[in-house]
Amino acid sequence: MNAAAELPQRRLFGGSLRRNRRWALAASYFFLVLFAIFFLIPPYYQLVTATKSSAEISNQTTDPWLPSFAPTSENIEELWNKTDFPIYLRNTALVTLCVVAITMTIAVPAAFSLGRMKFWGSGILATGVFLTYLVPDSLLFLPLFKIVGSLGLLNSYWALVLVYPTLTVPFCTWIMIGYFQSIPKELDEAALIDGASHLQMLSKIFIPVALPGLIAATIFAFTVCWAAFVYPMAFIFSSDQQVLTAGTITTLVKGDVYQWGMIMTAALIGAAPPLVVYAFLMDYYIAGLTSGATKG
Amino acid sequence: MSETIPRRLVTPTPAETSGALKGSLYRLSRRRSTTAFLFALPLLSVVGGLIVYPALYAIYLSLLNRTQTKFIGFGNYAFLFTRDTFWAVVEQSCIFALTAVILKALVGIVTAHLVNNLPAKGQRKWRGMLLIPWVIPLSLSTLGWFWLLDPTYSAFNWLFAQIAGPRIPWLSEPNWARFCTILVNVWYGAPFFLIMYLAALKSVPEQLYEAAAIDGASAWQKFLHITLPMMRNVIAITVLFSLIVTFANYDIVRVLTSGGPRNTTHIFATWAFQLGIASGDIPLGASVSLFMFPILGVSAIFILRGVRRRGREV
Repeated sequence: MNAAAELPQRRLFGGSLRRNRRWALAASYFFLVLFAIFFLIPPYYQLVTATKSSAEISNQTTDPWLPSFAPTSENIEELWNKTDFPIYLRNTALVTLCVVAITMTIAVPAAFSLGRMKFWGSGILATGVFLTYLVPDSLLFLPLFKIVGSLGLLNSYWALVLVYPTLTVPFCTWIMIGYFQSIPKELDEAALIDGASHLQMLSKIFIPVALPGLIAATIFAFTVCWAAFVYPMAFIFSSDQQVLTAGTITTLVKGDVYQWGMIMTAALIGAAPPLVVYAFLMDYYIAGLTSGATKG
Repeated sequence: MSETIPRRLVTPTPAETSGALKGSLYRLSRRRSTTAFLFALPLLSVVGGLIVYPALYAIYLSLLNRTQTKFIGFGNYAFLFTRDTFWAVVEQSCIFALTAVILKALVGIVTAHLVNNLPAKGQRKWRGMLLIPWVIPLSLSTLGWFWLLDPTYSAFNWLFAQIAGPRIPWLSEPNWARFCTILVNVWYGAPFFLIMYLAALKSVPEQLYEAAAIDGASAWQKFLHITLPMMRNVIAITVLFSLIVTFANYDIVRVLTSGGPRNTTHIFATWAFQLGIASGDIPLGASVSLFMFPILGVSAIFILRGVRRRGREV
């Protein structure tokens, strides 16, 4: 009796550790697949819809989840030729390009100054910059509406070039401060002995060494500008100045009959550039984002 | 100043030979703090002119009357307190933010553990795939959800119809609409928690788990007594940070329901937009948006404490 009870227990300790682990792995895969399905449903469904004609979409006897039997390119053709979508795309690209350039020109020297040169009050200032990142756009858009209006920039995408840095500059500075602080002190001492100015030190030593951080900050600025929604919704109301996100929501989703195939095509094209950037540079971005969380 | 003496012993610098005024300017520009200040100046003007000043300006605006011609003190706030819609918005904002953040944190922890269980080679691929919701511009992905939840063509209702299930009024019934806004928020925000937690999990020293395994700890005990305490700080910062972002969210509710049905899904951001831009009452809109401030302030203080503590540990 006693021996019989002990036997299975010993087996549990002996050979089954590996089997346990295999079970845990299988369970992990199972649940991960479930989560992946949840996470990928909307983009998948957008893709499926984008290839269908309006007639096929409104035919409720066919499975909406399956790809089209006769994939059509009419959605993208109509989007490209008969709507203002190309203008939105161009405006978004232009605004994003300008703001990313402005952001990096402001954030990199500032991070070098606050994180590395340490002048009177620089510590408090760095904290203050981080705090301003926590002030959301949905709190600032009304006063900024007045300010943009008084500058005569209302309904112009240059207003977006002016205000988007509020979304990007604080956090990019914060990321760069972290990277700059992780560079060994000996490097800038060596540069100082060789007679380098602070500007040379920044451009010849700090920027090349902190390149991964620079890439992370650039990706962050790019994504935020590309996806910004509140400001264009508030400041832009004519089609020739509109950007992609607000333009798709306000002009394409309108009318008695939604052209879902076309709308989903627009959403997918709008999502493509950030997805492509992530596909190639995801590791840099995640490292930049999480380095703050794990080491400080 | 003391620097000038040894330098003069060697050889006069170019600046010193070309006049006293230029020399002092040169020296000033060589000074560390001057350069540092000049480097930080563009940042200070952006932060000061486009964030701090507008935030204060919002407070001033909220004290004006509708046409912004008269100072009415706390009149806008007093008016808001008498409106039922305002209290509904307060309630909905809190439900929306708290529920979404808790669910995001849970989904994030679970998925981070699942990914961490995988062999190291496959982790990157899974992480990349699970990150997709967070990469797509939120307004555009919410548009996809909007189409999935469409009243006549909802693909979910089509699935339910196949098993003779009920037809759910996703966006036209208040509670379902609330549920949908939270669902989309969890869908969008959970990947952020996933990457933060995954990075934190990787930074927990392996020896701790080995020691626990020798002591015969179960997986759950390891999680409770090692993982959680080691990650406490990251969890706290991520949650508070997400609380701010979620509380201030505009995109989801605007695209999915526009605040409807009958204002039941409005949160601070969307209602402030509705009042301030759509109805043209900027002061009232500003008053509404300023109610986000206490939550932001409290979260910010705690985040800062977490960041400082982490700074000391390193």
